[in-house]
Parts: sequence; structure tokens; C-alpha cells
Amino acid sequence: MGGVGGGCLGRTMKEEKNFNNPLLRIEDLVVEFPASQGRTVHAVSGVSLDIRQNETLGLVGESGCGKSSLARAIMQIPPPTSGKVLIEGVDLTQLHGRKLKEVRGRFQMIFQDPASSLNPSRAVGESIAAPLLSLGGMNKAERRLRTREMMTAVGLNPELHYGRRAHQLSGGQCQRAGIARALITRPQLLVCDEPVSSLDVSVQAQILNLLRDIKESYGLAMLFIAHDLAVVKNICDRVAVMYLGRICEVAPCESLYATPAHPYTRALLDAVPRPDPGYPAPDSGMLPGERPSPLDPPRGCRFRTRCPRAADICSEIRAELRDIAPNHEVACHFPLDVRPENGGFDGR
Amino acid sequence: MTGPDQDLLVVGGLTVQLQTEQGPIRPVDSVSFTLEKGKTLAIVGESGSGKSMLCRAILGLVPARGNIRFDGRDTGKLTGREMNRIRGRDIGVVLQDPLSSLNPVMTISDQIIEPMRIHLGITRREGVERALYLLCSVGIPRPEERLGCYPHQLSGGMRQRVAIAIALACEPKLLIADEPTTALDVTVQAEILTLLARLQMERKMAIILVSHDLGVVAGCANNIAVMYAGRIVEQAPAAELFRRMRMPYTRALFDAIPRIEDPPQRRLPNIPDLPPNFAALPPGCRFAPRCPRAGERCRTEEPALVCDEDRNHRYACWFPV
Repeated sequence: MGGVGGGCLGRTMKEEKNFNNPLLRIEDLVVEFPASQGRTVHAVSGVSLDIRQNETLGLVGESGCGKSSLARAIMQIPPPTSGKVLIEGVDLTQLHGRKLKEVRGRFQMIFQDPASSLNPSRAVGESIAAPLLSLGGMNKAERRLRTREMMTAVGLNPELHYGRRAHQLSGGQCQRAGIARALITRPQLLVCDEPVSSLDVSVQAQILNLLRDIKESYGLAMLFIAHDLAVVKNICDRVAVMYLGRICEVAPCESLYATPAHPYTRALLDAVPRPDPGYPAPDSGMLPGERPSPLDPPRGCRFRTRCPRAADICSEIRAELRDIAPNHEVACHFPLDVRPENGGFDGR
Repeated sequence: MTGPDQDLLVVGGLTVQLQTEQGPIRPVDSVSFTLEKGKTLAIVGESGSGKSMLCRAILGLVPARGNIRFDGRDTGKLTGREMNRIRGRDIGVVLQDPLSSLNPVMTISDQIIEPMRIHLGITRREGVERALYLLCSVGIPRPEERLGCYPHQLSGGMRQRVAIAIALACEPKLLIADEPTTALDVTVQAEILTLLARLQMERKMAIILVSHDLGVVAGCANNIAVMYAGRIVEQAPAAELFRRMRMPYTRALFDAIPRIEDPPQRRLPNIPDLPPNFAALPPGCRFAPRCPRAGERCRTEEPALVCDEDRNHRYACWFPV
């Protein structure tokens, strides 16, 4: 906790400015899709988040909670139903056509399934160079040079891998190619949508280390989406927990893991498998019932139907995000006690 | 406890050889192990280490050399028809991706009833009753509403539960679960693992659980076998293995797991490079090119799987940890 306050004091003027002016600001973002019989899928329902320069923000939640919809809304593929996506003060939702394309190089995305995010009939090197071609402004020799440079930066061998097709690479190598393609436009923000979920633990460790290195060397900010809190802790500075289209908790890594305040965060923490045969099996009663449909989310708090602490008020009044500790926000009427001396989460 | 009566599956010197453009390869190479009735054996290794091929060989779905004794019978001597009676009845299978392992144009109930009609000869009406019971026991709420559903109408976790219900329909003695939770969320993964453990207790069923993650199998396996490039390189009871990992590969797999207890932003010790290509295996120990402990001997001579009899711990390494 002290690290957050202490960090502020030690900042230079310029850093202080960056600290207060986030690189990415999402305001009241709503993503809805039409469904059959005139119904609506409420994928993201009023999310506001900031990502500072050089910061990695983790976004955690189960499948179908709207994580990917949020990521795509940031990328404007497609633009959100309503709300703002500001990159250094410029609202992307107000830009269209060529104007949007001009700024696209500043925010790039990598995807979950590395093999299917590369064009199978194209040489991997060409896929990596494609964003440069689309943005224009470089000749062929320059593009080739930059592509080779990026391939080396992500641990691919340009001599060996440039002409390969995606199916001739391993899953880890495909993900490296995806990262090179995203970095080739020199973005400030990298949106990573479950980049390691489909990889082996050994390759996952390689990719996590690679992402950390490139973040340092290119001064990137990242939005890192995952469903595994152990993975997120390994790479993120701050974490936002999402459930059914809403943010339930946002906190710096240290305080979220030491003292989770939202019952859902606690359930996610308990579900992480421990590489220890003596560790008690996760309590499967922790999240009873089924995840409600985003077609018809519960009134009030959306987590209440599965929450062990839910009371009448939870179905009537939606809890808004509020500060319960420095930089630690939670949206819950009955948050878990966050003071560590009173039995906070200690890893059991 | 141990003894021929307790052994459900005895695999000896199992080898799968395939012809490829690059020449013959052996994705499973001289694999031997024993699985007792009602116990769980976890098979752990990276993609391409031969785990899934081993499962297929046990099921008789790929031609293999070596011995497989299942429930006292040598499956190599069985006819195709006899083997068909074992698959689906005595051995159930759950695969990684339920969306592709389930039939997209058949209802859930038809898919659960099908193996029971084929293997147990029951009527449709009995089948529906049993399907309801099975869906209940795998934790699907309001099963009567799900019977008429198609797989795409269910969530990933529900689909995997349905796949488990199908595998359990004929009360198998052995369940082969090939990466059953890899495609799922951590929360759903925890539920599925708890479910498998409960079903095993109730039904006294043996399980072969395949995974790339030692963390996933730690809580539910009795025995763990680590596979690398087609061979078992270490095998021990779970508690013994986690107490003392002898083979550097096992240790490296373990160290690569991000832990929730670790401080944030910890750099993970990773295994460099990739597993070897089966068509161009390195001489000596197959892990040597990636091994931090490898010495001269490792690059020329392949270590045999030796057994520490007291601890029932097997490992193949010249310089064990």
C-alpha cells in the first residue's frame, strides 16, 4: 500500500503529469448487441477505466463477462454502443475512416488463438509487415528491415521464419509473430486478449517474459486480459475484475491479492490451481448456480445470484465503485474486510 | 494393495510408429506403466510430447507395438469387434474441446443415450431416465430442460459436463481425460476437477488425466508420469514427486507455473526453445539440448528409466536433482 503513495512523491514533474493524464481513458463504455426476438445482449454495461503510460492493467473475469467485447470496443472493431475511448485525450469513437486509420498505429492488439489470427496462406513475415502496408509511408526495403528487426525482438529468426506459413510454426512461435505484428507500428498501447490461455505452461512462461521485456524496452502500456489470476499477477501493475459486463473491483496488484474485497475476486482467487498435492481442493460450493445470461442480467448487483453475502439491498440497489483503501475500488455493499490484521486473504 | 488383482491397466513397452514425409517417427516410445483400479494417473508434458498419442494407443485407435493388459485381457489379441465393446463401455473418453468432440447436430439426450443403447441394449425410455440421472450427477441444473438442447446452446463448462456424462454413461472402469480443462476458465476448471474426483470416489473408476500443467494435476492424481519426446522420463506417487523432483525437466515444468503466492512481476524461469522434432531427435538424453544440468554424457548416451524402489520413484537422468 505504501508503495503507491511513496511512488507519487518520488516522481519527476513529467512523470507526475503522465500519472495524472492517463494514456487510455475509458468512460462509461457500453457495448450491446442485438439478439433474436428483439432482445439485447448486454456485453459491457458502463465501464470506466484508466491505463497510465508504461502501466499494465489486468482485466480478469470468466468467459462471457465482456472482457473481449471491451477490448474490441477500445480497438473500435466495432466501436462501442456508447461511451468514450480516449487515447491521450483524443476520443476514438468520434473518429472515422482515414482519421481513425491515422491513429490506429498507436494502439494494437494480440489475440488468444495465435494460429488462427495469422493468415494461413501468407508468409509469416508478410503477416507481420501487413500493418505497415496498411498505414503506408514506408517503402518495401524499409518495411522489410523493420519486419526483420521486430522478428528478432520477439525471438523469431528472420532468416528461418520469414517465409514460413502459420501451420509450420508452433503455438508459441505464432504468438511471437502476433506480438511482432502488433509492435511493428510502434504502438503506445498493446491490448492483449488472453494471449497465453491456449499455450502450454512452458511456452506461457516464455511469452509472459517476452511481454514484460518488450513492455520495458518499448515503453508500452498494456491491457492484459486473462481468466487466471496467477498469470495476471505475474505481469500486471493493477488489476480490474469484471463480472457480467461490469467492473467489480480495481486495485494495485499488491492490495488485490493481499486483501480482495469483492466476493467474486475471492472466488476467482480460490479457483487458481496450486501446484501442491497437499493443498486442499478448491471449494466448488464457492460459486453456486449458473452464470446469468447477459441477455437478461440480474437487477441490482449482477453477482448477487451467486454471491454468498447477498442481501435484499443487493437486488434493489446497484453498488457503485467506491474507494475502500488508497487506489482500491470495489463495487459491493458488503465487501470483505480489507484490513489484513482482521483475517485478510493470506493465501491460506 | 498392489498386485495383479488390483491392476486395471498394465502397459508394457508401448511404441507407436508413424510414417511421415521426414521418415518414421515414434511419438510414443517404449512406454510402460501400471494403473490400479480406482486410482488416478496423471500424464504431464508439453504439447507434442506424445501424451494424446499414448491415449489413442491405449484405446486401440492407432497401431502400436507392445503389451496392453486391460482388466486382465490382452487387448492386442482382441478382434476389432471386441475392442469396440471395450471402447465406450469399459473405457470412457473426455477430450479437450467439447465443442468439437460433441456432435453439433444431435441433441444432448441422443448423444448420452447412444452409447447405452449400443453397449447396454436399453430402450429409449430407460435411456432418457438414465440420461437425466447422469446430467444430475455431473452437476447440470434443470437437466430435463437440457435434454433437447444442442451443444452450441450450452456454455463451455456445461458442454464439458455433458461430455463427461456421455463418457460415464456405461459406467466405465477407466476414464481417459485428455486435457479436459485446458479450454475452460479457472473457475470452471476447479469445478470439473472436483466433479471428476467425486465421480471417481462414487464409482471406483480409474482415471488417466492428461495435462500440460503440473498445477492442475497436483490436487487429484495418485501417480504422476512426466512425458518428454515420446518417453516417460519420471514417474512417482504425487506426494513423492512434489517432494523431490529428480528429473530437471519435471522441475522446469514446475518452475514455469505462475504462482499466486509469488510477488507480482516475478520473472518466470522458463525452458528455452521447443521440444525436439520426432524426426530429428538429439543423440543421448532427449532433453539434453534444453537442460541446464546437461553434461557430456547426456549428449551421447541416453539414460534408462531407473527406479528408486523404496519410494516407487522412476526417473531417467544421468545427473538427477
